Amino acid sequence: MFRVALKSLLARKLRLLMSTFAIVLGVSFVSGTLVFSDTLARSFTSLFASVVGDVVVRPVGGTTADGAPSSKTLRPALVERLAAAPGAARADGNVSATGVYVVDKDGKLVGGQGAPGIGTGYNTAPPGHGLTGLQVVDGRAPETSGEVALDEDVVDKTGYELGDSVPLITAGETATLNAELVGVMGFPEGGSLNGATLATFDMETAQDLFLGGKDRYHDIWVTAEDGTSQEELRDAVEPLLPADVEALTGDEAADESGEALMEAISFIRTFLLVFAAIALVVGAFLIVNTFSILVAQRSRELALLRALGASRRQVTVSVVLEAFILGLVGSTAGLALGFGLAMGIRAMFSQFGLELGGTSLIFLPQTAIAAYAVGLVFTMGAALVPAWRTGRIAPIQALRDDVAMPQSSMTRRMIIGTTLVLAGAGAMAAGLFFDVPRAGWAIGIGMLLVLLGVAGVAPVVTKPFLAAAGWVNAKLFRTVGRLAGQNSLRNPRRTTATASALMIGLAVASTLAILGSSTKASVDKAISENFVGDYVVSNAVGQPFSPKVARQIADVDGVERVAAQRFAFLPMRFGSESKPRDTVVIGLDPDNLDLIGVKFTSGGADGFGDGTLVVSEQFAEDRDLAVGDTVSATMLTGEKELEVVGIYETNPLAGDLVTTNGTLTGGGFPDQDNSLIVIAPDASQDDLDEVVATLPIVTVANQQEYAEAQRAPIDQMVMLIFALLGLALLIAVLGIVNTLALSVIERTREIGLLRAIGLGRAQLRRMITLESIVIALLGAALGVGLGLLFGTAALWSLRDQGLEVIAIPWGQVGIFLGLALVIGVVAAAFPARRAARLDVLQAIATE
Amino acid sequence: MTTTEPEPTIAASVRNLTKTYGSGDALVRALDDVSLDLIAGEFTAVMGPSGSGKSTLMHCCAALDRADSGSVHVGDVELTRLKDKALTALRRDQIGFVFQAFNLVPTLTARENITLPLDIAGRKPDREWFDNVIATVDLGDRLHHKPNELSGGQQQRVAVARALVSRPRVVFADEPTGNLDSHSGAEVLELLRDSVDQHGQTVVMVTHDPVAASYTDRVVFLADGRIVDELRDPTREEVLERMGHLTELAAGTKRAAENNTERGI
Repeated sequence: MFRVALKSLLARKLRLLMSTFAIVLGVSFVSGTLVFSDTLARSFTSLFASVVGDVVVRPVGGTTADGAPSSKTLRPALVERLAAAPGAARADGNVSATGVYVVDKDGKLVGGQGAPGIGTGYNTAPPGHGLTGLQVVDGRAPETSGEVALDEDVVDKTGYELGDSVPLITAGETATLNAELVGVMGFPEGGSLNGATLATFDMETAQDLFLGGKDRYHDIWVTAEDGTSQEELRDAVEPLLPADVEALTGDEAADESGEALMEAISFIRTFLLVFAAIALVVGAFLIVNTFSILVAQRSRELALLRALGASRRQVTVSVVLEAFILGLVGSTAGLALGFGLAMGIRAMFSQFGLELGGTSLIFLPQTAIAAYAVGLVFTMGAALVPAWRTGRIAPIQALRDDVAMPQSSMTRRMIIGTTLVLAGAGAMAAGLFFDVPRAGWAIGIGMLLVLLGVAGVAPVVTKPFLAAAGWVNAKLFRTVGRLAGQNSLRNPRRTTATASALMIGLAVASTLAILGSSTKASVDKAISENFVGDYVVSNAVGQPFSPKVARQIADVDGVERVAAQRFAFLPMRFGSESKPRDTVVIGLDPDNLDLIGVKFTSGGADGFGDGTLVVSEQFAEDRDLAVGDTVSATMLTGEKELEVVGIYETNPLAGDLVTTNGTLTGGGFPDQDNSLIVIAPDASQDDLDEVVATLPIVTVANQQEYAEAQRAPIDQMVMLIFALLGLALLIAVLGIVNTLALSVIERTREIGLLRAIGLGRAQLRRMITLESIVIALLGAALGVGLGLLFGTAALWSLRDQGLEVIAIPWGQVGIFLGLALVIGVVAAAFPARRAARLDVLQAIATE
Repeated sequence: MTTTEPEPTIAASVRNLTKTYGSGDALVRALDDVSLDLIAGEFTAVMGPSGSGKSTLMHCCAALDRADSGSVHVGDVELTRLKDKALTALRRDQIGFVFQAFNLVPTLTARENITLPLDIAGRKPDREWFDNVIATVDLGDRLHHKPNELSGGQQQRVAVARALVSRPRVVFADEPTGNLDSHSGAEVLELLRDSVDQHGQTVVMVTHDPVAASYTDRVVFLADGRIVDELRDPTREEVLERMGHLTELAAGTKRAAENNTERGI
């Protein structure tokens, strides 16, 4: 039986190729994702291992949530004391700060988009375990103020050369400076800063810039002598430390900084795998369909095998065996393509600021195992239904002219499909409206079940659609249209299964489109209702800037008020909770609460001062807070009790928690602003622009520009997801091509006849194109319909969380339908060409 | 090839038609300098042993295949220089087909199959003629059935009706009774005969079957790509006799050729 299966595969190379394509694409997405995330993880772990010393000594709570050093520092005397510790070879003090950016030759900021801009003081402290860390790879180290060394990636990107004067921006009091590029820093043994930029100054300059000129350090690396382990050295160092200063081994420190990023990476991995899953489900439809058609076309041959004495099981197994071989071939090709895709994903993410530099791709054995497992399971699973049906072909059919494949009954299809839809809807409802564990999974699986169910009942429920489409076609294109219409009705199962692949892709796309547009509409609404400022001054990359800007803005003619806003990410404990949760807190000066649209429902602005909080109604309800309660917040200087003095109407501009700027600086946060709200009805924007002219990262936006800026990341996210969904659409297109090509092969004789009695080539091509368009439009109609349903349901469940506007993106819906039309035409091109080229005589003679 | 009829109208004709397949040792002369006039209003049978070139001759006449040299006329139109588009139009408007394997479009009803050539051309059927054709096919209430609900004989009658409906200059039938039992076969042949007698339709039929040939006005015998004999108003016995003769001849030629090969000639 193996030989029969193999021969039958080889005899149908073209069809084989096309059905393998679906598997190849699905598997390549899975393996590409895994390779990419492994590479991401490896590049970060190697980075973290080489940027910590054997033992790191730092103030307790030494870093803020975004990795910026706190205002607490260490004295040089401690460095000397630690260098003399038993087992210590040397000790070096480090200075580092974030918010330091390089400006390129066009005056644009390098990096940005959320990747940190790091500024450091130069020293030769060796990383732990004797690793080679960041070093000067070209030129020399900076020696005096006015000199700087930059990392390789920045130098490559900007094209600055040694000796050039490089403009830099910092978040400190000295907002801009120019320095001569004297050196290039890099990892000689591989590694990259993953999109972060690095500017290294000589130590004194760094202390001037980041520590207000005091001879202090942010942390100290102690290097172990040979034979001394990191743990031994830490234990030796600990007794020498003053209060509020801690020592960690390099491994601990690397793990600690790596942990948050690993979490982010695992999120990215999950995110990408979701799309791989979508691609695979779409691919599975294609495989089921291809196998069904292939088996149907071979039914006489299979019946002959049965007549010759092959058992039902043998015939079924031979089909499954074919699927196995196909899966094997497809997975191998997919694995190879996955590498290419990983590079593609890397390129795409670098567009979003996550630069992985030259780190070579990591290929782990798990990736291969996953690729083959996924490829084989999906292919063989998808082939099972057609294979099982094959077993039911009666041997007598070998002798008959027209062999009909046994089909599952429509009634059973309806029942199974409807059950799936109901179960899926139930799961979605549970995830959306009730507090169930793993709600995301429930919603996702629910969506999948609904989609599968709809695909199941589609042959029955879409008959009217197909009939209507056939009628329209017949009206518009007469006989050719009528023939096309009847062809799509000939096997509604096949037509709808092909359309279902497109349906899934477009359902997810439309769900996202409606979520995206509704989120934007909600943001617009919130801004127009609550935003009372005329201008917003903010940093394009979300980094804080000097408080000097606020003072200068206040001096501009026509400016009435300036409110400085700060953001902090604080671990907080509410009520009796034992574990703190990271919570975003907005800092504001006490008399500026009205500028972010705060309307109190209880308590009020009167008691709002340092050491107090006001919270949103929604948040108060969730955390069971009332005026007078206290909340424990972990500041950089330690834990602090904050009293709730007011509760306000939930409002996205104000967020959940607002405290005073004084509370934050008192807690050790740097004296830097994140954004300014400016009330200046009479000021000209040009005057304001002038204040920040020397600060390329700080921009002044009026209300409209501000709203646009808030919408931009949503658009970006939606575009990213659309790009990923493009893959699912591509598979769906292939599915249509495949089905049409196979049905052209199947109908060779009929096509020959039509040509013989006078159907022109152009008419034939038009007939197949119309068929293709009907399939594509059916898929699009189902997909968009379901997507809007899903999206509306999701929005309805989120209406408490500020997403109150449901905006259906008609424009995008129109684009999707237009896209389906294009897909239909494109998918038909190859099969139509093939059909038109058939030799009339041979075609008629075909069995 | 001369006829004694006074000034017969020629529906289609071929002159010096040659077609070969393969090359070198494997060269097969399917048609070897064939010239033939098909007379309008006649029912002509083309007969010959397997491989005599009779199907190729018909395919070339019917604009389905191209000869290597020689000319083909259907009416006044010379086919050999026409492009695919013009050939398609010619097939649609001037030629009707009946195939051995029926070749109906499975998604269309019998009636839709019959009107298909007109529909493709975008023409309305001539009502009277259409009714006439439908009546001769004698399908009754099965007109709205799909092909797979019809018997073989019924399907072939639909195919004949489809060939007749556009009133083509020539109807070509390729072994129309090959897949049918004798009773159904007879019905189909009657139908073709009627179209010639009652409507002056020109019909050309390729067949093996002496019984089928006996329905025709004229039988043309082919062997080895040449026209070797002709019979007017044939009877079954006459046809059988000539065929037997031809088969012997063909077998003899073959033997001679084999002997030659053996002797190295």
